[in-house]
Amino acid sequence: MANKEEKSPEGFGTTGHEWDGIEEWNNPLPKWWLYVFYATVIWAIGYWIVYPAWPTVSSYTKGYLGYSQRAQVNKDIAAAKKQTAVFSDKINEGDFETIQADPELLSFALAGGQAAFGDNCAPCHGRGAQGFVGYPNLRDDAWIWAGSIDGIQQTILHGIRSDDPQTRMSMMPAFGELGMLNREQISDTAEYVMSLSGNEQDAEAAARGQEIYATSCAACHGPDGAGNQALGAPNLSDELWLYGGDKDTLVETITYSRAGMMPAFSERLDPATIKKLAIYVHSLGGGQ
Amino acid sequence: MANIELGGGASPSDEETQLYADRVKVYPKEAHGRFRTIKWIVMAVTLGIYYLLPWVRWDRGPYLPDQAVLLDLPARRFYFFFLEIWPQEFYYVTGLLVLASLVLFLVTAVAGRVWCGYTCPQTVWTDLMVAVERFWQGDRNARLRLDKHPWAFETIWKKSATHLTWLAIAVATGGAWVFYFADAPTLAKQLLTFSAPAAAYFFIGLFTVSTYVLGGIAREQVCIYMCPWPRIQGAMFDSDSLLISYRDWRGEPRGAHKAGQSWEGRGDCIDCNQCVAVCPTGIDIRDGAQLECIQCALCIDACDAIMDKVGRPRGLIAYDTVRNLEAGAPNAEPLRLLRPRVLLYAGLIVLVGIIMIVALMMRPVLEVNVIHDRNPLYVKLSDGGVRNGYEVKILNKQYVPRAFKLGVTGLPDATVQLVGHDSGVVPVPPDQLKGVKLHVALDKEGVRALPDQATQFQFVVTDIATGETMEHNATFQGPPKSGAK
Ligand code: SF4
Ligand code: SF4
Repeated sequence: MANKEEKSPEGFGTTGHEWDGIEEWNNPLPKWWLYVFYATVIWAIGYWIVYPAWPTVSSYTKGYLGYSQRAQVNKDIAAAKKQTAVFSDKINEGDFETIQADPELLSFALAGGQAAFGDNCAPCHGRGAQGFVGYPNLRDDAWIWAGSIDGIQQTILHGIRSDDPQTRMSMMPAFGELGMLNREQISDTAEYVMSLSGNEQDAEAAARGQEIYATSCAACHGPDGAGNQALGAPNLSDELWLYGGDKDTLVETITYSRAGMMPAFSERLDPATIKKLAIYVHSLGGGQ
Repeated sequence: MANIELGGGASPSDEETQLYADRVKVYPKEAHGRFRTIKWIVMAVTLGIYYLLPWVRWDRGPYLPDQAVLLDLPARRFYFFFLEIWPQEFYYVTGLLVLASLVLFLVTAVAGRVWCGYTCPQTVWTDLMVAVERFWQGDRNARLRLDKHPWAFETIWKKSATHLTWLAIAVATGGAWVFYFADAPTLAKQLLTFSAPAAAYFFIGLFTVSTYVLGGIAREQVCIYMCPWPRIQGAMFDSDSLLISYRDWRGEPRGAHKAGQSWEGRGDCIDCNQCVAVCPTGIDIRDGAQLECIQCALCIDACDAIMDKVGRPRGLIAYDTVRNLEAGAPNAEPLRLLRPRVLLYAGLIVLVGIIMIVALMMRPVLEVNVIHDRNPLYVKLSDGGVRNGYEVKILNKQYVPRAFKLGVTGLPDATVQLVGHDSGVVPVPPDQLKGVKLHVALDKEGVRALPDQATQFQFVVTDIATGETMEHNATFQGPPKSGAK
């Protein structure tokens, strides 16, 4: 390798720095490099003038362009809304059949429905609509009130036992609390109800309970326990239980009654969103 | 402005120390010879490929673009002749890059900065820009003379013509770049009618500026100050690498030589400085190996011409190894090509190459992925049965539309329900991915018969037309077995 002092025609030697006899070669930087550095400094000053830059006590320098990321996002959202307005209009106007028949519209509705579900429904029904005790699973094939798409829409619009005048409403008596049935009767009835899905533990008690069921329960839940959606009376003969199908839970249910409630969303969400929600919930696997 | 004075200090020097250097303008003289010819050919081939490749057509049937090389960003596909890469197959590109760098290492170990000297875009475009400069302003001496009279009419018009030609080349370079990202004929029409996307104009502008600045103006400054490669390759040479070198054992002592004078007791170098005059980075190869030297071999051509003229053998400057230079003879040591590093690089190239070829040959034209719904993992049904939800994704990598049937095996008596495909047939457009939602359900008996809570089974995807089938494992999840449910 050539020695810098030898080769450099400009006569560069060392920087003049010396430590204990160790000298530093001077390998000069090209001037344009320095000028590029100055250019970046000037660029930065220009940037401060044009864009938001410096914090002040309570605010910041806004910059000549007045650019703000928040404003930009709002603009983007507005633009996206405008783009999807075509779909939103179609969803507002179309009935469910037209929407479901149009794949593009359907996927728009499903995506919107899923988002709205996460915001509004997931706290009770779970993110996956899988439900919890007392909050129905929306994916299974059992519906207390209605599993049709119109019925689901109706439920979302007006709620269940809500303060909406058109809300879905029914009331199971608290047989034990009101003294309508005594403890043994309730226990027998619970045994009978369990037998409807083939889970009784005590056949004799169940036989006794059958009579009580016929007079006290069959009016709403049906003589064979198949339930009645018009009254919101759950099917007692299937394998699904909203609160639980074991003896203790059934005794508790008959004694104190159950009255889960769901708010009406007609005031909170616009009709298009509710439609999308109905389509989404209907699509989860249980829709009828 | 940049003169920094270091007064005092440990080594008291009255001279100013310059920490910033003026750029010394280089006026490369035209060289003639073997290597210059090779370089012209390489330039024609590389630039030809760059500018023309987007216009090469490649038939992929009626549904896909027919451009041989196309980076289709909106559709997320990369087409390269017979090859088509989906985003999840980007490892092919990784493999290609690994291969490219290994080849670079190998070539560097064998013969130094061949990449820098012949094929690097910076070198090729600079060479082109210098050729343009020479065309308008003349060779080295003419250009030196012009620069002595910067305000002369001749200087101004010749320089203007040079810069305008550079700009035109720069625009063409930027223009060619964007054709790699869209159908070239369509985009060309759009560009000419000013209806192309803004991004196209932006990138043309960007590449125009960078070509003009880097190739026309900055030139050797890029190689010397900006590029990391000159620093890296120091680790790749060894004393057996063929590097462009001045054979000082033969050239020294140098000095002017008059015709007829004896060559006894002196070196072959006549100190004519031709090797310096042709050098695009403005250095003197006789100072030894230098960072600035891009090993373009033009000094070999220049010196060979001189040696021919003075009647001495060629090769005072030549590709030679450090071992030979130290030995002081042209072929003192036999060339050792099979060195560990050469073998290592070559072996790795073969290995990566084989892996790539095998992977490409085994690239399936049909792929199936299954995503099991996780929230919830399973849904209990009113009859005591259990239902699981899946999304099955079918990737049709053929250039024709295909239709598929979906079924399951390994799960007796399961009912399969395709959401949204009542006919049970899933059409997948050419070169596309299609996701279908599926519900697989077992009744109470079926669930009871399952040995475990989680059961393995297979989705079977069948191409209706060809009968080609593909299986993919999935899991059916039921309620916990131990529970008294
Ligand atoms: S020294 Fe020779 S090989 Fe190196 S850059 Fe200059 S002309 Fe090219
Ligand atoms: S071209 Fe050859 S002879 Fe002339 S100065 Fe360079 S090395 Fe010496």
